[in-house]
Amino acid sequence: MISSLEHQNRPAQAEGYNFAYLDEQTKRMIRRGLLKAVAIPGYQVPFGGREMPLPYGWGTGGIQVTAAVLGEEDVLKVIDQGADDTTNAVSIRRFFSTTAGVQTTERTGDATIIQTRHRIPEAELKKDQIMVYQVPIPEPLRFIEPSETETKTMHALNDYGVMHVKLYEDIAKFGHIATAYAYPVMVDERYVMDPSPIPKFDNPKLDMSPALMLFGAGREKRLYAVPPYTRVSSLDFEDHPFEVQKWEQSCAICGCDHSYLDEIIVDDQGTREFVCSDTDYCGQRVAEQEKQ
Amino acid sequence: MYVAVKGGEKAIDHAHYLLAKKRRGSTDIPELEVAQIREQMSLAVARVMTEGSLYDEELAALAIKQSAGDLLEAIFLLRAYRTTLPRFTESVPLQTSEMQMERRISATYKDLPGGQLLGPTFDYTHRLLDFTLLAEGQALPEPSQEPLQAEPCPRVLELLEKEGLMRVEKNSQADVPDITREPLDFPTNRTQRLQALARGDEGFMMALAYSTQRGYGRNHPFAGEIRIGFTEVWIEPEELDFAVPLGDIEVTECEMVTQFIGSKTEPAQFTRGYGLAFGYNERKAMSMALVDRALCAEALGEEITSPAQQEEFVLMHCDNVEAAGFVSHLKLPHYVDFQSELELIRKMHAQEQSISEEYSIQEKQA
Repeated sequence: MISSLEHQNRPAQAEGYNFAYLDEQTKRMIRRGLLKAVAIPGYQVPFGGREMPLPYGWGTGGIQVTAAVLGEEDVLKVIDQGADDTTNAVSIRRFFSTTAGVQTTERTGDATIIQTRHRIPEAELKKDQIMVYQVPIPEPLRFIEPSETETKTMHALNDYGVMHVKLYEDIAKFGHIATAYAYPVMVDERYVMDPSPIPKFDNPKLDMSPALMLFGAGREKRLYAVPPYTRVSSLDFEDHPFEVQKWEQSCAICGCDHSYLDEIIVDDQGTREFVCSDTDYCGQRVAEQEKQ
Repeated sequence: MYVAVKGGEKAIDHAHYLLAKKRRGSTDIPELEVAQIREQMSLAVARVMTEGSLYDEELAALAIKQSAGDLLEAIFLLRAYRTTLPRFTESVPLQTSEMQMERRISATYKDLPGGQLLGPTFDYTHRLLDFTLLAEGQALPEPSQEPLQAEPCPRVLELLEKEGLMRVEKNSQADVPDITREPLDFPTNRTQRLQALARGDEGFMMALAYSTQRGYGRNHPFAGEIRIGFTEVWIEPEELDFAVPLGDIEVTECEMVTQFIGSKTEPAQFTRGYGLAFGYNERKAMSMALVDRALCAEALGEEITSPAQQEEFVLMHCDNVEAAGFVSHLKLPHYVDFQSELELIRKMHAQEQSISEEYSIQEKQA
């Protein structure tokens, strides 16, 4: 996969900064944290998160993880809301092409590292690919229990009763579980984990994925991971099984009827159209259709 | 269609250009020099250095210029620069008792060794706009003829300590943790708390301090001593077995005398809240001292009832770079998550509608 790309065309790395911005000691510290995270799937590892030149809440955790695992030969894809050309994705991609001079791509299949905010690509991930998630609040129990001391104990004791009570209360109040994104998952039957604010539509893609999933929360200074081929199940009840979003509409550009759709309002009468949130997937489908 | 999410790259370039233009303002007006900011906006510089956790007046002034006067943005710039610097040593504890005083006041004693020194302060100025500053070129007022006294200024709280009325803080002798390198782990110790409070947001700290005065975790404070001035920084290099001075920094230190503790076996003693800030930064140092004392509640066996006493609440929310980042991230696109909420709420509506339709059919049939 890497050999098919022309490395001599890689953009030059910015002078005055270490490769991928962070110094090697910091990268080593993060990699140690990541190793621990991989060894204990779903467990939140505290790390000495650094202040990055981008604001907290804008992907500093993901950026630090990417910086720590990025090598010269890597090909980086950055998406935000599934799209490669949303402003923050552009900004982060630029950050790495300036500070590391690595090759970047918009194609899911060509990337060795994919940093993402809020989506997992539609195309199936492969072995040797690394997904890096930007995480705002790593603690799945945070909105039930604000104290870190308390939630730490709950994880240690495998005491997730409150989470099930919360989901049950949803059912009692609304008729079904009223969480549409950042839907809590159980990793390897041990730790309840926040899959980051991806729509629950993407949750099944985490289960037994051949790719390595790394999660970085910069402001909260936590790392966690789902190693390849790990069981990840979304929390539910026997009589209220987990289900994902469905649309009656199809993508207005490529006609796709099975991808996650974004809604756009096209006139002041409120007329709505739906398009694929994954711009690369949509573009590839259009290219295929044109070929035929 | 699809224009909304296309062209991010071009838009960013244009935004950068427009920002540079906005920052510069009208080119008919001479450009601000960094040295002017450093010299004439020294209190802004002090705040940026304190919350940016870096003592460098020139870089702080540069950050203020670059951020068009947005001090939180300037603090962020300085912090992002600071993380790239290597940490090569720790200083020897500052000897603020040896300070070259600009200002020193105590609200607990009318007179005391070293005396009260008002120094440069906004206190007792009447807040009337000085229109002569509009005309520029205002001459400095005549300097006061009285020479500054150079007699030693012992710390006020030390005087109380000697009498056994003030709780003595013990040196833990432990290594000093660095909260910028190791994540905070709760429960924290006082060293970590003081570090977090020192770089915490002045406004947030002041509001919390104010809340303790209004009864949310009251601890009856007196401003035992506030001193502002220059103090030497010493380091002990590994290859030497003695300390050498590195230079002078300006700091503001505040020690609050607060409500006493005691028991049947121990006589009552006052306790202290401590605040320290870079530069001339009185409001921050005083607020910090009050919050520090409030956070000692648990260690002093007091009941924790108020926000200012809850360490997780205070320490996890006092950093304005973290707070500003997370609040402002709401500007980023969230259409994926919003779409899933839309889908959910429409589903709920559809369900409700079908239920009410069912009811009306049943009613008709009945």
